[in-house]
Amino acid sequence: MSADARAAGSRWRSLGRRTLTGLNPALESLLAGAVGLLVGALLMKMWGYSPVKAYAALFQGAYGDLYGFASSLARGTPLILTALTFSICVRAGMFNIGAEGQLIVGALAAVTVGYFTLPAALHVIVALIFAMVAGAAWSIVPALLKTARGVSEVISTIMFNWVSHFLAFYLVANILTDPIRGEKTISVPLSARFPLLVRGTDLSYGLFAAVAFAVVMYFILWHTVTGYEVRAAGLNPTAARYGGINSRRTMLLSFILGGMGAGLAGACIVMGEPPTYAVFSGLGNIAGVGFDGMAVAMVGRNHPIGIIIAAVFFGGLTAGGRIMQLTAGVPLEMVRVVEGIIVLAMAVPELVRLFRFIRSQFRRVLGGRSAQ
Amino acid sequence: MKYFWGIFFISLHAMVPLVLTAVGEIIGETAGLFNIGLEGILLTCAFMGVVGAKMGGPAAGLLIGMGIGGLIGLIFSIINTYWKGNQMITGIGVNLFALGFVAFGLIMLGSPGFQAVPASGRLAPIQTPVGSLSPIIFVALVVPFLAHWFLKRTRAGLILKAAGETPEAADVAGINVNLVRLLATTFGGVLAGLGGAYISVSWIGSVTKEISAGRGFIALATVVFSGLNPLLGLLGGFIFGFFESLATWIRNLPGSKAIPWQFIAMIPYVVTLLVVAGVVGRVRFPKALGEPYKRE
Repeated sequence: MSADARAAGSRWRSLGRRTLTGLNPALESLLAGAVGLLVGALLMKMWGYSPVKAYAALFQGAYGDLYGFASSLARGTPLILTALTFSICVRAGMFNIGAEGQLIVGALAAVTVGYFTLPAALHVIVALIFAMVAGAAWSIVPALLKTARGVSEVISTIMFNWVSHFLAFYLVANILTDPIRGEKTISVPLSARFPLLVRGTDLSYGLFAAVAFAVVMYFILWHTVTGYEVRAAGLNPTAARYGGINSRRTMLLSFILGGMGAGLAGACIVMGEPPTYAVFSGLGNIAGVGFDGMAVAMVGRNHPIGIIIAAVFFGGLTAGGRIMQLTAGVPLEMVRVVEGIIVLAMAVPELVRLFRFIRSQFRRVLGGRSAQ
Repeated sequence: MKYFWGIFFISLHAMVPLVLTAVGEIIGETAGLFNIGLEGILLTCAFMGVVGAKMGGPAAGLLIGMGIGGLIGLIFSIINTYWKGNQMITGIGVNLFALGFVAFGLIMLGSPGFQAVPASGRLAPIQTPVGSLSPIIFVALVVPFLAHWFLKRTRAGLILKAAGETPEAADVAGINVNLVRLLATTFGGVLAGLGGAYISVSWIGSVTKEISAGRGFIALATVVFSGLNPLLGLLGGFIFGFFESLATWIRNLPGSKAIPWQFIAMIPYVVTLLVVAGVVGRVRFPKALGEPYKRE
């Protein structure tokens, strides 16, 4: 082989390797998803359900027809946003697990536009601004506690979640109460709702708001100096400080952007999900979306594009989970169990390598036996 | 005086899960693992405690709680020692899993959302002239002292500290860093499991999807307050338990209708925030806390 050919060969090999390492994150997410579904199947088997029947119902229900796919996208819409909340802060080196609370105050703020009338398009915009401001305001206190006092954001955001939880109970029952139905807030008026995208489903134009927010976040993080500073401070705080980056500023900024995303998620739920367009007293229609967003963020590798894909997957789990509950009898809560396992699997770096190692060990054991 | 004993006794009861969980986490964090999955352990074990108590009485409930807590702690620590996982993400995974598992399990027991412990499965309280006390309170009072003695006075305690402060040096000195961390965090899981099972089997007598009510994170705040000193962990647990009982107490006062109950229910969380904001800065944590140990 000539030197040229050898060089070309090695170039190809290195290109191949690079492509493979580029694929690894996606592969790991897929593998984590498989691990989650597998453990879920084992649990279902333990309780006497048929996992095959359950998953067939789930995926058929989630992606089998237009109605199912539209509901998967509808469930995925707020997940894109709460996942971005988590991801932006992870990129800045922090764990903001307060999307749940920021989402609740965002939803409540969006509902208040029902107290005045405006032309349709303007009403939507005002509601979105209300929700984003509320979400950002709710996230800024934990951020300030972190920068000024060094309070762990993990503790402060969870405390804020609980406070917002009770605040919502209070506001639904006493201030924003629907005069006719006391168990919910007033509904978002027709002029401030997202129109439905597919008739007969609950998929609304809120999806475009979520995707637009993801695109804007992508642009800010990867195509502006500020975004570069946020990511640099997250990757290596010490180096970033020597580079003249004000880490307090990047922390605050990432929390504000994240809070805006979570607030927007709350708005998307109350402005885009028929039939009620309101917040209920038990928070049944909004609770959990903030936590689910963290799973979406991790499987989406904290990247806006990855998050959109992962949100379609997790939205499908929730939408299909309802069909699974109906036809296979497996409670919808099983989906959360699977989600938890997926996140646990995502926590293991180089999951693929671990998987290959276990497989090679298996082969050795099996090979040893067959040789005897 | 009646009020004093009332609040004092509720505080003692509210303190138990916080103290047990916090002391377990102090041991784990001393060895270098940061477990934010405590909330999930408390919730899962509160549920599994009820399952155990229904099958074999209160002792079985508490033991199953400890066993499951230890199992979750073991899984958490395998991922974060030998597999070099991310501790934050693992903790979030544990919490998500617990939310789903308990909701699922409650449906499987035939009562979505709520499950009471039968009278035969409830741990009998100790009767005193001024009220009844759970026996686990005494466990929670003794464990911090034992942990303090263990961390400050024994060789094993020093080894734990070495694994958390300078894992490289510990490794060179022949200490199996990963094993030490694994044992410490598994033990922390056992204590949190006892705290979780206590909530349902001994204290409240029932389990719901939200029974842990942020106590895992308040326990983390207690750890911050304690600066990894188990005795201060006991004090911190009592303080947070006091504010929790204060909230319960105010809500039961005849004249409390003037303040919406939702604001009273916020008290423990707001106090936790204020206390943590007040004490951090002076607290120093192990150098290698949260970092997986990789041999060069």
